[in-house]
Amino acid sequence: MKEWFPQLSEKVYGKPLVYLDNAATSLRPQSVIDRWTEMSVKYNSNLHRAVHYTAAKATGEYEDARKQLATFIGAKPSQIVFTSGTTASLNLLAFSFGEYCVGEGDEIIIAESEHHSDIVPWQMLCQRKKSVIKVLPVDDTGHLCIESLPSLLTEKTRIVCVAQVSNVLGIVNPISRIVDICHSKGIPVLVDGAQGIVHFPVDVSEIACDFYVFSGHKMYAAPGTGVLYASGDWLEKLPPYMGGGEMIGTVKWPGSSYAPAPHKFEAGTQNISGVPTWCPAIETVEALRARDTRMSGIRDYVLESLHAIEGLRLYGEPARPEEKIPLFSFTVEGVHHEDLALILDKMGIAVRSGQMCAEPLMDRYGVTGMLRASFAAYNTMQEAEYFIESLNKAISMLK
Amino acid sequence: MTLSEAKQAVVEDFSMFDEWLDKYEYLIELGKKLDVFPESSKTEDKLIKGCQSRVWLDSKEEEGKIFFKADSDAIITKGIISLLIGVYSGRSAEEIADDDFAWIEEIGLRENLSPTRSNGLASMIETIKKKADSSRNNG
Repeated sequence: MKEWFPQLSEKVYGKPLVYLDNAATSLRPQSVIDRWTEMSVKYNSNLHRAVHYTAAKATGEYEDARKQLATFIGAKPSQIVFTSGTTASLNLLAFSFGEYCVGEGDEIIIAESEHHSDIVPWQMLCQRKKSVIKVLPVDDTGHLCIESLPSLLTEKTRIVCVAQVSNVLGIVNPISRIVDICHSKGIPVLVDGAQGIVHFPVDVSEIACDFYVFSGHKMYAAPGTGVLYASGDWLEKLPPYMGGGEMIGTVKWPGSSYAPAPHKFEAGTQNISGVPTWCPAIETVEALRARDTRMSGIRDYVLESLHAIEGLRLYGEPARPEEKIPLFSFTVEGVHHEDLALILDKMGIAVRSGQMCAEPLMDRYGVTGMLRASFAAYNTMQEAEYFIESLNKAISMLK
Repeated sequence: MTLSEAKQAVVEDFSMFDEWLDKYEYLIELGKKLDVFPESSKTEDKLIKGCQSRVWLDSKEEEGKIFFKADSDAIITKGIISLLIGVYSGRSAEEIADDDFAWIEEIGLRENLSPTRSNGLASMIETIKKKADSSRNNG
């Protein structure tokens, strides 16, 4: 794996880096770094706007990435909008969807376990439109209270927003059931796939959600890359978010027309070097899936070891292990998450600590923050064992 | 003990540690021994909020000297607070306002105090400096 992911060979404080902050961003494989560099070194040119060789090459690479992504998630290329990441996709959607069909008194339903990027853009919309947010709760084990969903849906519900996997709880939500419930009442569903797609295959036509968003940087592609997928003819119906650049049809003083989707949503200069890295990133995801089934072993080991630690509370307790991705958020009684993170850092272990961009969920569980260890396919059992051993040592130092 | 003697003493204490974990163990001990900060004083106006640990800071002036009291919910942060209070509490506004705080770097805690760690410590130092500045200007 070290040949694939050069950062795995890095040392911190003289110790080998054990990178367990993959839910924040993954490491980059050499193939992604090479494509990224090649685009900057050889093919830097703006897209869709010139006839010269380099522009055509850069545009070709960009559109090839769209095609490969479409195949990867079971969509059509025209249903894929490139953005700078999940947050940008969510802001785009909250704006355009809001302009299209959300008015005063209308209701947006958001899961309690959502991160800030799937909350704040909708709050901004509600402020503009005088619409209302209703919360789909999570229970103590971190499962969505699906049984309360039907009673939350009213004639005023415009959209239901839910993550495929919460960035804190790591539990795979029953998206198909949610989609069925909502669609039976004609209500569209937005799925935030940022934490899901790197861990298991996703087919949007099978999920049948209306919108699916995710980031490239959490699945090995360059930072500043993201996707908004929309089913059917949603992209034709929704108005654009930003104006300018190549999102136009014609521009006249009395008014302008727009390019067809998806280009209508891609205003301004795009991520010329970053977008083509989707291709080697997808190839990496597929190669890792094909060669590696160790992740479930690591997940089960970490789950069992964390359960054995006295005073440790895990948030996102799976009913069966398969329900959980290898992402573990927890607190330890009498020990502050920052102290644990500081000590683990000195042991070479990178974990996330704090509110994890999900303050309402912290409030739900009555904590000021948590510690999160999130594993990727390049992490090893040896690293998992070192993490557990170091965690136990850190706890004994602090207690 | 003068301000420079107090700073020197901390720097000498820390020079004994080769290992980071030893430094942290020492800070944890200091944190545990920090004077009790009454729960009733942990009010919103004294709270310096961060994404990580929370810090409460209180100060009072007596006979031209500023006295600090502080607390945190994280123990290593509390240890660092103990160092800061040990060095700066009971000094005059001039002494604090003119100080360069370079000893923090000397003992290798600069990264723990940087704003990128997003804890309350960086803000705590700013608050100590501001308190000293405003006290000097009013005096």
